[in-house]
Amino acid sequence: MIPWRQYLRSGDLLVLGLVATLVGASFPLLWQGGLADRAIIRQGGEVFATLDLHRRQALDVPGPLGNTSIQIEPGRARVAADPGPRQYCVRQGWLSQPGAIAICAPNRVSLEIQGRTKAYDSLSY
Amino acid sequence: MTPSVIELRVSEEDRLIARLTAMAVGLAVVDAAIPSPVPGIKPGLANIVTLLVLLKYGWHTAAWVTGLRVVASALLLGQIFSPGFFLSLSGALCSLAVLAMARHLPTQFGPVSLSLLGAFAHLAGQMALARLWLIPHDGLYFLFPVLGLSALVFGTLNGLITCHLLQDPAFKDDLHA
Repeated sequence: MIPWRQYLRSGDLLVLGLVATLVGASFPLLWQGGLADRAIIRQGGEVFATLDLHRRQALDVPGPLGNTSIQIEPGRARVAADPGPRQYCVRQGWLSQPGAIAICAPNRVSLEIQGRTKAYDSLSY
Repeated sequence: MTPSVIELRVSEEDRLIARLTAMAVGLAVVDAAIPSPVPGIKPGLANIVTLLVLLKYGWHTAAWVTGLRVVASALLLGQIFSPGFFLSLSGALCSLAVLAMARHLPTQFGPVSLSLLGAFAHLAGQMALARLWLIPHDGLYFLFPVLGLSALVFGTLNGLITCHLLQDPAFKDDLHA
């Protein structure tokens, strides 16, 4: 039986502890890129509204084709209805990751989720 | 034209470095043959040789053995001047720089400390080069938790193996055998 334990000196345990703490701390910090906490709604490239993702609410954004309906729930948001022909932004469903964005190009409306820290320019699925 | 003879003088130190490098290259090839689920996660077995040489013959010899190992194993594996080669080189240079300082630590810090510090310096060197050159995007740092965990595990294991080999009677007096 190899006595692995006796090879570890007191300083080694210190280094091991420090390094393990560093790696352990990096998991939550780097893994999720912050929590989603607000939705940015743009119309024709201009910010139309900035909403907190803390309470339930709905918003209609007027565009050249009609109204795009945005629905907000705690921690997530979606485009509930859009007059565009292909419905890509509606089919994306609920967005909850910071950086995720749904773009309704025909009606010139976009819905973007942001966290405290901006991790990505955009995310698409 | 008179034929000229070029004579290369081979010193005892050259032979020693060549032997040690051969061991390190052997381990680097074994390392490359081990399948890995994620690119970038490797045991780094050849670093055991670097640590043994550092502790027995000093930093100068360790630097030679490591530098030659990086180049020779890349030649053998057909990776020379590939991105992987430069990542391995920058990791090796960083870890040698850290080991140059770390070997002056008090005796409470044994081979496991050196191995861990070397492993994390290697990771830092690789990530710095990758961030500057290969993937100039901050998203690269999202790999740190996974790669850091692998550096932690393999750094500790390689350090323990180094301790064990240093205890071995065959290694106690010489690595010539």
